[in-house]
This record gives sequence, structure tokens and C-alpha cells, in this order.
Amino acid sequence: MASITKHAIWIAVAVVGAFALGSVALSRGETINALWIMIAAVSIYLVAYRYYALYLARTVVGADPTRMTPAVRYNDGLDFVPTNKYVLYGHHFAAIAGAGPLVGPVLAAQMGYLPGMLWIIIGVVLAGAVQDFMVLFVSTRRDGRSLGELVREEMGYVPGVIALFGAFLIMIIILAVLALIVVKALAESPWGTFTIAATIPIAIGMGLWMRFVRPGRIGGVSVAGFILLILAIVIGGQVAESPIWGPAFTLTGVQLTWLLIGYGFIASVLPVWLLLAPRDYLSTFLKIGAIIALAIGIVVMAPDLKMPALTRFTDGTGPVWAGSLFPFLFITIACGAVSGFHSLISSGTTPKLLDNEKNMRFIGYGGMLMESFVAIMALIAASIIEPGVYFAMNSPAALIGTSAESAAAVVSGWGFAVTPEMLTQTAEDVGEATIISRAGGAPTLAVGMAHIFSALTGGGQAMMAFWYHFAILFEALFILTAVDAGTRAGRFMLQDLLGAFIPPLRRTDSWSANLIATALCVGAWGYFLYQGVVDPLGGINTFWPLFGISNQMLAAVALMLVTVVLFKMKRERYAWVAILPTAWLLICTLTAGWQKIFHADPRIGFLSHAAGLREAAARGEVVAPAKSMAQMQQTILNDYINASLTVLFILVVLSMLFFSIRACLQALQFDHPTVREAPFQTMPQPGTSTGPVGRGM
Amino acid sequence: MTPALRQWGRLLQQTMHLMVGLPDYAAYLEHMRRFHPERRPMSEAEFFRDRQAARYRRGGGRCC
Repeated sequence: MASITKHAIWIAVAVVGAFALGSVALSRGETINALWIMIAAVSIYLVAYRYYALYLARTVVGADPTRMTPAVRYNDGLDFVPTNKYVLYGHHFAAIAGAGPLVGPVLAAQMGYLPGMLWIIIGVVLAGAVQDFMVLFVSTRRDGRSLGELVREEMGYVPGVIALFGAFLIMIIILAVLALIVVKALAESPWGTFTIAATIPIAIGMGLWMRFVRPGRIGGVSVAGFILLILAIVIGGQVAESPIWGPAFTLTGVQLTWLLIGYGFIASVLPVWLLLAPRDYLSTFLKIGAIIALAIGIVVMAPDLKMPALTRFTDGTGPVWAGSLFPFLFITIACGAVSGFHSLISSGTTPKLLDNEKNMRFIGYGGMLMESFVAIMALIAASIIEPGVYFAMNSPAALIGTSAESAAAVVSGWGFAVTPEMLTQTAEDVGEATIISRAGGAPTLAVGMAHIFSALTGGGQAMMAFWYHFAILFEALFILTAVDAGTRAGRFMLQDLLGAFIPPLRRTDSWSANLIATALCVGAWGYFLYQGVVDPLGGINTFWPLFGISNQMLAAVALMLVTVVLFKMKRERYAWVAILPTAWLLICTLTAGWQKIFHADPRIGFLSHAAGLREAAARGEVVAPAKSMAQMQQTILNDYINASLTVLFILVVLSMLFFSIRACLQALQFDHPTVREAPFQTMPQPGTSTGPVGRGM
Repeated sequence: MTPALRQWGRLLQQTMHLMVGLPDYAAYLEHMRRFHPERRPMSEAEFFRDRQAARYRRGGGRCC
């Protein structure tokens, strides 16, 4: 009887979730309120956390509350610190949540809100949260080692190097895509450009203050920085209006690209305390604050969704990105459903701060559920905008032209009624010259957020423009932080990789080695960024799928490692929890990769796109928007480079599959566990005075 | 302020600090006092600079 009452509340939650999901999925014709989606998502998260995550923790991996964690064993008050689980949850969530869960769902909304919503919810429960939790487990049992080290130890040296190489390529693509989002949001937008530029002196001021005046007092200086940011947004409106300053801050995509490349190089060789750290503080607090405000705003406003459940573009003819629902939807929404990059966090600082194995479920699984919730909110923000405005904002100029009239005519022709007046009015509302062809997710999300926030705060159109630029600032700020921190991380990876062949390059204390590696790293992402900015289809069209493929492949690699570990623990009967999402990710990424290379439709396949241009070039024709034969040749070369990159990704993942299967088969030949865990030590009772053991001291 | 409220405030501050990679200075001092009483602990400013540098050192990656 007790067990029935214990489960009764969870059955009730499940019924509420099923009812909400049913109302969303089965409605035809009538409008759906966004709250239904939130209720469906949260109920399913709760039930999954109560049952499936508990099954993973207790049965699959056998988390042991009496087993000492690295934080306790190596406690040094610095890197290894047993941390309150709620405090650690905040740290972990702040580390995993970035632009990914905000942008992917916005782009996926072109197929309607339903496919994206289902993938975000199902994906996180069965794949994303499983990966984050399991990698946290594997790393915690191995002194908090990183993913690369874990692969090397459990699978071998060669797979370790391949995984590192794969992670470096992914880093380059991520940095290029993130930078591209910023360029797309700031091009021809003096208000946005001024605000973002102002963050640099603000951050430097904060950095100097924290370095020399009040070290360690993050709170006060962050509040001051925040107030200055708000001032910068307000002044930005005046700057955009000014006949002198307005044009000075009106930059083209190509100009912004060169500025970003220069900025990336300089920022990543400056001392961290001067620019990176203070801006990191600002962007982290702003990010968490904006996410909380967005959740409150959606609940209070309870907006209706204007996007249909499914659009005609599920067939793969959509303007925002090319490709059919399978496999490309599952590539487009990576973070929020499953993100390989999280495996680097779950094997980074978090396992070194975990106070007890029993809290892995809350941190690993629970943290990813929260990120999934952010993705659901981004999907809602994109779906409450008029669909006609959404498509005008996200379709490339090559398809809809650059004037409000042409865009409205083309988008209305697709069946999403919109008038030129609506487009110019929206642009005027948010204080921009135009909103047409601003693909990349950030501006669309900003319009959605501006709707929600201005409904929350009142203040009419004047506040609408303020909130639009607030949302742009919030995204651009943490993207720039990611570009800067990512360039540093990429430089270290590159120094590790090249150091294997040219040992002096590995020395991180050498200025010349650092500058060479930084230049190579910035050059690599800068090349793809430039290519994306001049791409007639808007760049996002080409690069977001590449980013998705590579990120999901990294997830597959992490899950393959988890599978190997389960086999080596002699827990192979439970390995399906990792094999299931691995198989799905392999099917999606390999199909998508294959189609990106070989698909006959030149909008999807790199090779058929190149072939079309070559035929035109052979006939002596210059195909618009290329203006010269040299530009045509450049585009053809880009196609080949992108195709080769995709081939590399496929080779990385296939070789990792081979090594994983081999390691699993080897593990099966033993009748005892063959994992290399740190030896078991009993957790000290609270109050005992057993000191931590020294680590290499 | 009630003790419970003060405890919540402390947890909130710790959370916001750790979100940007700064561990709890009081916990560090307590650790040094208990296990390394012979060593001089870093001052709060030194601690802050040390942790700030550590956050962006090799291997300190964050997500997209």
C-alpha cells in the first residue's frame, strides 16, 4: 500500500504530462497556448528524473554513496572541493548552457513547433541527459579525468589521439558558427554594434578594478558592469539615430568579420583578468538572469503559438536550412536534446567538485534537463512570432530579395501571409533598419524575447526596441566569451596535437609557440567565418548542419566510451542505455554527413553544388551572386573543403566505432571487470579527521 | 536576518561565485587550517587571482 501511495503522485504527474502532450500533439487548427508545451516538458522531465535517472544511477552504474569521490580524496580547497549539490548544480548548468540550446530550436521552427518539441523532450530523456550523467560517472570514478584521457586509458592511444583531433575540428566549427551568429545579428545594425563594442571598455574597467582595487569582490563590480551595459543599450539607441555616429557603427558583414578575427586573436593572448574573465562574469550572470526572466515571462504572458504544429517544409524544401526532417532535424537541434560538448564539461571541473556519488543524478541528469527546458523556451519564443515574419527574418536574401515588398511577396507565396507593412513595422518596433534575412537565430529569438519582456514590463514600442537590443547583447556577450575562451582551448588542443610532431610547439610558456598556435586557430575559424558571411545562402544554411553533425558525433563518441566502460565493468546487460542513443546518433550523423557530401540537390550536397558551378564556369557563365569567375572558383574550393571536413568527421566517428566494438569484444572474453577505476576508498564519516591524500606531493 | 535566511544567502553567493569558477574562500581557509596548519594560506586577493588564472588554463573549456 505504501508503495502505491509513493508512486501515486508520480502517476499523477505522468498523466498531466501525457494530457498536455496530447493536447499539443493532437490539436489541429486551433491555437495552442505555450504553457501546454511547458507543462508537457516539465512533467516528462520530472517522471524521467524520478524513474529513469534513478534506474541509471542505482542499477546501471551502481552509484555508491559510501565510495569516496575525487573531491573528497584530493580535497585541496582549490581544484578539488566537495561542494554543496545545489551550488554545484549552478556551476554545472552555467558551464553547459550557451548559445546552442537557444539557436538550434529557433532554426528548427521552420518545420513547425511539433517535431522540434518532441525531439527536445525525447532526446534529452534518452540521450542527452544519459550522456551527461554517464560521462560524469565515468570521470568521477577516474579522479575527474578529461574525455580525451578517458578514451586513451579505456580504449587505447590511437583512439585517444583521434578523439582529440575530432574535438579540435568541432571546436573550430563551433567557433566559426558562433562568430557567424554575431556577425548576422550586428551587420548593418549600429545600435547592436555600438552596444557590443561598449562591452569591451566596460569589461576592461571591471577587470582593472578587480585586479588592483577590490580583488575577489565579484558581486559589486558585476552589478556596476550590468548598469553600464544597460546604459550602453540606451545610448546605443541615440548613437543609431545620430547622423555622425550612426554611419560610423553601421558595418557590413565582411567588415565585422575582419574585426572579429582581429578581436579573437588579441583577446585570446591578453591576460585573462583584463578582458576575458570580467566579461565572462557579466555574460554568465546575464545569461542566468535572462533565462529566469524568460521563464517567468512565458508563464505570466501565456502566449499563444502562431507557428503551425507542422509546416510544409517537413519535406526538406525549407528556406532556413536544407534537408528533410530525418536526419536534419536531429542535427539542427543538438544542444537541448543531446550535445557532445557537454561530455567535456562532465569530465572537466564538475567531477572534481562532486561531494558524493549519490548526487551525480541531480547534477548530471538534472543539469541537462534544465538545458532542455531552455531549448523549449527558445522554441516557444520563435513560435509566438508571426510565421510570415519568422520566415522573412530567416530566409536568405538569395530567395526572398532584400526589400520588404519582395520578401513579403515570396513568403506569402509559401502560404505564410505577411504584408510589407508588417515587416517594416516590426523592424521599426525593434529599432532596426531592416529585419529581412537575419538568419542565425539570435535576431529571431530577440524579437520573441522582446515580445515577452515588453508584455511583462509594459512600456509599449519604446521598450520593445530596448528589449530587442538587450536580447542581442545577452547572446552576443556570451558568444564572444565563448569565442575567446574557445580560441584559448583550441590553441591548447592544437599545441598538444602538433606537439606530437614538433615538440617545441607544445611549450605553453613560449610566446612564439603560443602566438603561432593562436594564429593557426583564429585563422581556421576565421576562414570558415568569412566563407559563411559571403555565402549567398547566408552561411548558417551551410554551417549549422556541419556544427550539428560534429557535435552529435562527439556525443556518439562519448556514449561509445560509456558503452565500453559498462562492458568492462561486466555490466553489459545494461549497456543498452548507452547503445540506444549511440545507434540513433550514428544513424542520424552518418546519414546527414553522407547527404551533405553526395546529395543530388545542390542545396544539400557540397559536391553537386560544386559540380553545378563548375559546369557553369565551363560554359563561361558567372552564376549570381558570384560577381566574377574568381569568386566562382573560390566557392567551388569552399565546397570541396567542406566536403573533405565532413569526410574527416565521418572517418573519426567510424574509427571510434571500430575501436569501441573491439574494446567491448575484448572485455567480453574476461569473466571479471577490466575497468581502470581509481581504487575504492570508503567515504570518511562526517566529523572524522582523515585528511585528504596528497596528489603528487 | 534569521539564520536560515543567512544560510540561503550564503549558498546563493557561493553559487554565483562558482558559476564563474571561484570556489569558496572560507572553505579553502578551513581546509588549510585543518590539514596544512604549517603553511601560510593565500590571502583572499591571491586566492582570487590564482583561481581566475586556473579557470582559463589548459583543459578549461565551456560549452557552445
